[in-house]
Amino acid sequence: MDLALIVSVQVLYAIATLVIISSGLAVIFGMMRVINLAHGEFLMLGAYSAIFATKAGVNLWIAMLVVAPICVGLFGIVVERLIIRHLYGRMVDTMLATWGLSLLCVGLVTSVIGNTTSGVSTPEGSFSIGAYSVSFYTMALIVIAVVLLFAIRWVLRSTDWGLIARGTMQNPGMADVLGISPTRVYSITFAVGAALSGLAGGLLAPVSGVVPTMGGSFIAKAFITVIGGGSAILAGTVSASALFGLINQLATFITTPVFGEVALFIAAVVMLRMLPQGITGRFFKGSL
Amino acid sequence: MTAFRESPWSAVLVMLLGVMATLAIPQWVDDFALIQITIYVVMAILAISQAFIWGFSGILCFGQASFFGLGAYTYALAVVNMGESTMPVLLAIALPGLFALLLGYFMFYGRLSDVYMGVITLTVSLIFFNSVNSTAGPEWRIGNAPLGGFNGIPSIPPINFPGNPEDPLDAIAFFYLCAFSLIAIYGGLRWLISSRIGHVIVAIKENEQRATLLGFDARAFKLFAFTLGGCIAGLSGCFFANWGSFTSPTVFSLGQSAQIIVWVIVGGLGTLVGPIIGSMAIQWLTTQIGTQQTFNSNLVLGVILVVFVLLVPKGIIPSLGDVLQKLFGKKVAKGEDA
Amino acid sequence: MSTVPLIETRNLNMRFGGVHATRDVNFKLSDGELRCIIGPNGAGKSTFFKQLTGQLRPTSGQVLFRGKDITGCQPHVPARLGIGIKTQVPSLFNGLSVWENVWLSACRVYPKAKALEVTRDTLERVGLTHLQKSTTGLLAHGQRQWVELAVVIAADPSLILLDEPAAGMSDQEVRRTADLILEINKSHALIVVEHDMSFIRMIAKMVTVFHQGAILTEDLPDAVMNNPTVRQVYLGKKAA
Repeated sequence: MDLALIVSVQVLYAIATLVIISSGLAVIFGMMRVINLAHGEFLMLGAYSAIFATKAGVNLWIAMLVVAPICVGLFGIVVERLIIRHLYGRMVDTMLATWGLSLLCVGLVTSVIGNTTSGVSTPEGSFSIGAYSVSFYTMALIVIAVVLLFAIRWVLRSTDWGLIARGTMQNPGMADVLGISPTRVYSITFAVGAALSGLAGGLLAPVSGVVPTMGGSFIAKAFITVIGGGSAILAGTVSASALFGLINQLATFITTPVFGEVALFIAAVVMLRMLPQGITGRFFKGSL
Repeated sequence: MTAFRESPWSAVLVMLLGVMATLAIPQWVDDFALIQITIYVVMAILAISQAFIWGFSGILCFGQASFFGLGAYTYALAVVNMGESTMPVLLAIALPGLFALLLGYFMFYGRLSDVYMGVITLTVSLIFFNSVNSTAGPEWRIGNAPLGGFNGIPSIPPINFPGNPEDPLDAIAFFYLCAFSLIAIYGGLRWLISSRIGHVIVAIKENEQRATLLGFDARAFKLFAFTLGGCIAGLSGCFFANWGSFTSPTVFSLGQSAQIIVWVIVGGLGTLVGPIIGSMAIQWLTTQIGTQQTFNSNLVLGVILVVFVLLVPKGIIPSLGDVLQKLFGKKVAKGEDA
Repeated sequence: MSTVPLIETRNLNMRFGGVHATRDVNFKLSDGELRCIIGPNGAGKSTFFKQLTGQLRPTSGQVLFRGKDITGCQPHVPARLGIGIKTQVPSLFNGLSVWENVWLSACRVYPKAKALEVTRDTLERVGLTHLQKSTTGLLAHGQRQWVELAVVIAADPSLILLDEPAAGMSDQEVRRTADLILEINKSHALIVVEHDMSFIRMIAKMVTVFHQGAILTEDLPDAVMNNPTVRQVYLGKKAA
């Protein structure tokens, strides 16, 4: 019984992690059909922002939830203006340019900071389930993931801005005619996506070693979750995260963490073959 | 200019230059420089594999490193077990080819589009990287050869003259092997592209729907091209394992796949010579940067990629071709008909 | 003349979600016949077409070519059986020359030397020899339509499907296209989907009218034009 509970918590944690790291990429891909291969580096920048803020005396939670997203969001605005804007509609070229951007970021940060691992300590505290202990931070991340999903849904569904953004994405020409500047919408959307990635980086800083190359381990999973999810931002991210998170955790439980990852990748490959449009290409069609 | 580029004479010219350079280089440079040049040649073979499947077959593969790595590891494991190198070299071509066949069948017969193919190929290379990386324990071995995990496989026996394990190739002989392989592969691909199959492959890239409506099974042609690309990348991997007598999971890494793509973009998508030059130029640049401390190689590579995608999307060779055409005005009208 | 129809559909149905795009269509064409398919926008003509070419898999029903069931076959199969298709939006190898476009079609069917000869002849037949080295993507729309025609007939199919071959053409070009089609009809069967009534009059022997996914009527051109139901369907309540 305790074991079942612990495993459930671990599964939820895995799913929550996927949701958190994928949300930024999902917003950008779902809304703009842009594949941002520098997503992992946005995460990395968020992590470093949080670390520096903490070292400068800022409260950890503020650093993670406020400083990190703002810093990376601003960086996102710059990137959109300089690079992404010129490549709309050219999906492959965008992938390549953002891949270049990711190399650039890694190189830049390595030059400035060096290759040493930094980190912040996880917030203290844990509770026990039978013989096992679960850290409060694990639960916090699960909660944050849920809040994040609801927040995104609220913004897209219930705010003016969300409606404008969705309308522009579906038909920029029409939006233009209605007096909405598509360029501005793209710019803000990309910034929001970047900010979400920064947030993810900040949140994961305590649980993973922060090195300039950390982005590499996240981009793959995020990428797979977003593409596997399909074009609906929320339904896609949730369903894909749930599926892959479950498989990852179960495989890890049975074998080793490495093969847990491998299982996730294999599941993704098989799933993409069966559902070439992602999960929401076939199921939950038309949802947000 | 385009007509010349596509005519058999340009292929002959390039191969001739290649042969001349290959024979001349060992006379002019010392052993150390020769070894440097050899790795450029080995990577050029890898570049040409991606150039072919991407530029001529329209297959977006973000994980060409998978086949490169498979070639390296297959050679390493086989030669340690067999003691003689001829079979291992052949296996290093066949196994990646076989894997490309299976993966290609999986993808093309499922009618996956560009982007999804890119994701899957990228993921596959990650599967290899992560799996092989974790095989460090002594229980992970094939025959007598431990996989080595993140430590890699050291002291890989070099290629020997066929049938004679006591007679390994020296630096010059190995250089000849790599360089003449590159020239032969280049010539072979140029010949293939000019053949009927080659024309169909290019047509499929141009407009798959129309090619299908003409009665060509696009899936089969793409599978053929993809498998061939896998074999060539595998050979490159085999040479790589030989070059350093060492291989490690980094051959499967995202970084490796990224580099190959940069080479092709910089050299020029749609040509074979371009990526050869692009790969050598970038590697030389990276080596130069490595020797000084100011700029990080990732940084420079990243800037190059971004700049090229934004400003020189065609790459070096085609852009140079455009410039030459503008300067010299007239079009060299060599007819396409037989 | 064989009694097996060249191409035939039996109870063909196609549903997209809630839309019933093809309703119980029973269609027959004989060897060497020329048939025009007309119908207002949204009548399901192109959808019907795509089921003949394997581009769409019908929800139910059969497509038979010379008695052989080709329903929902792989899209490269119809061409190999002898069905040539000219799509609604010209589908050509835009980066390649006109010569290469036609040659690719011929080379699938004929060995090397013969393919060159056939390419030459086809270009001459369609009147495109002077354009053979031009890059296809750069040609005018009318010329591209003819290139596609040349590409289709180079493979010498027994059945040619033309989806709006006269679209976007000037009167002179339309006339020429009509002559071409009649000439082609001397040795090949054709199904032509078209909107342009004057064009239909130039070529049609029998006309099939589609409406809301089903066949409304099949008759000689004049009979169809004068059919009050057809006029109503096309023009609303007003008479022509």
